[in-house]
Amino acid sequence: MTAVADLGIAFGRVAFVMLFVLNLGGLLTWVERKQSAIMQDRIGANRASIFGLRLFGLFHPLADAIKMLTKEDFRPANADRFLFTLAPFVSVFFSLVAFAAIPFGDVLRAGGREIPLQAITLDVGILYVFGMLSLGVYGVMMAGWASSNNFALLGAQRAAALMISAEIAIGASIMGVIMVYGSLNLQDIVRGQGALLGGWLPMWGIVTQPLAFVLFVTAGIAATKRIPFDTPEGESEIIGYFVEYSGMKFGMFAMADFLETVVVAGLTTALFLGGWQVPWLHADGFRFPWGWAVDLPHLAVVLLQVGAFVAKVSLMIFVLMLIRWTLPRFRYDQAMRLGWLGLFPLSILNIAITGLVLLAWRPA
Amino acid sequence: MRLGQRFYLREVLSGLALTSGHFFRNMGRHVLHALGRKDVRGAVTIQYPEERRPYAPRLRTLHRLVRREDGSPRCVACMMCETVCPARCIYIVADEHPNPDIEKMPARFDIDLGKCVFCGYCVEACPEDAIRMDTGILEFSSYSRGGMIYTKETLLSLEPAGPDGRPTSPVPIPADRRP
Repeated sequence: MTAVADLGIAFGRVAFVMLFVLNLGGLLTWVERKQSAIMQDRIGANRASIFGLRLFGLFHPLADAIKMLTKEDFRPANADRFLFTLAPFVSVFFSLVAFAAIPFGDVLRAGGREIPLQAITLDVGILYVFGMLSLGVYGVMMAGWASSNNFALLGAQRAAALMISAEIAIGASIMGVIMVYGSLNLQDIVRGQGALLGGWLPMWGIVTQPLAFVLFVTAGIAATKRIPFDTPEGESEIIGYFVEYSGMKFGMFAMADFLETVVVAGLTTALFLGGWQVPWLHADGFRFPWGWAVDLPHLAVVLLQVGAFVAKVSLMIFVLMLIRWTLPRFRYDQAMRLGWLGLFPLSILNIAITGLVLLAWRPA
Repeated sequence: MRLGQRFYLREVLSGLALTSGHFFRNMGRHVLHALGRKDVRGAVTIQYPEERRPYAPRLRTLHRLVRREDGSPRCVACMMCETVCPARCIYIVADEHPNPDIEKMPARFDIDLGKCVFCGYCVEACPEDAIRMDTGILEFSSYSRGGMIYTKETLLSLEPAGPDGRPTSPVPIPADRRP
């Protein structure tokens, strides 16, 4: 009986994360349209309706999906049949599973069990997310290679080059966070961010590692292949790796970008914005630094934490969308220079400074 | 470039301040609009089929044939408009008018709107002020070339646009779109 319950709980945890990421990714097509429209004094897509009900254009993602699924699924004559079909699935799969190690809450105690609110509890969670994000580029390269189209291959090559230069910066910038919180486990890192600096300031990553935050977000946007760094795609004028794709396979590549946005937002939240931490909320209620205390039941605390995580991820997605609709695209050489001569040396500098501060503050 | 501009982050932040400023300002206006302040608008969009901008009074729109008091066309089939038309889209067949004071009248007066370039020369050339382009109708369409040919009867039935530039007569439905 307990084995069945355990299985059910594990399934529920995975299903929660899976549905959260998938639905948020689908919703992002709507968010992108509406947010960009409001930023540009427009109204945005609002015509799709069911029985005359428009709901601010919320049916447009649905209409998009129906359109994508009913379009012709074209494959070029010389394309590598197996790899061509596999590529979009690889892209979506890795961006989907990357979220699994990101904790969306602390521990839920129910029925004598302690349920960790995380799809999988991994001691090397940060490496896992990082690895899955990097593997996503395989789908892109596969697509470029299998299309038997030189432009697609060039796009895939740009994607690979961008990915390498971004990933070095991601890896080097999170090193500082790992040094401060002393763990590769994302849950431990989030717990560490609950500590208070000087008794009142929550020790979130953005407070302890401000430079790493900027570097990580910049490199993270590059990893999502969205606009300031969309040289691999460049769907509007330069040709990218998915030229030969149509129908739902194209839709899956577009979907993978949105899923990666969710993953980068989730990872930024977990590493720099305190994850599920609510300022001054402890396991038994609020303990404000000015002396007030509000006691809360366990379930309320857990719900507050999950709510805080969702709110922070949404805020981060808003910021990523804001950046995407504000900046023009980097030229290929500018993106390379920024990655190798800007982000990478600065991340190394950040590691050095963090090490020195840690040495000075808490001598072993 | 000044040093501040070369340092990328500051310029990025000022750009983000601009766009997010627009976002929050427009969002506040949208909320006010939804709460009943209909004079506040969060967007400059004119939602076309439902909302229209007023047309300029001089705008050249779908032609109409002006009627005499008895309802017959004022046109005397002098062929001036057919001659001046650069697109050659007007076809007139002349006929005797029953009234001996009036020389001729058109038996047929067809305009092929698929060819018309809306230059308005026909209106200027007409000595009888019998053709005008003031109906305010712009949205006419057809599934075939034949459907774009508007005949005398259709053109005679049209009325001039109202003072706001809005059409007062319905958009004529071409023959190939009638159910």
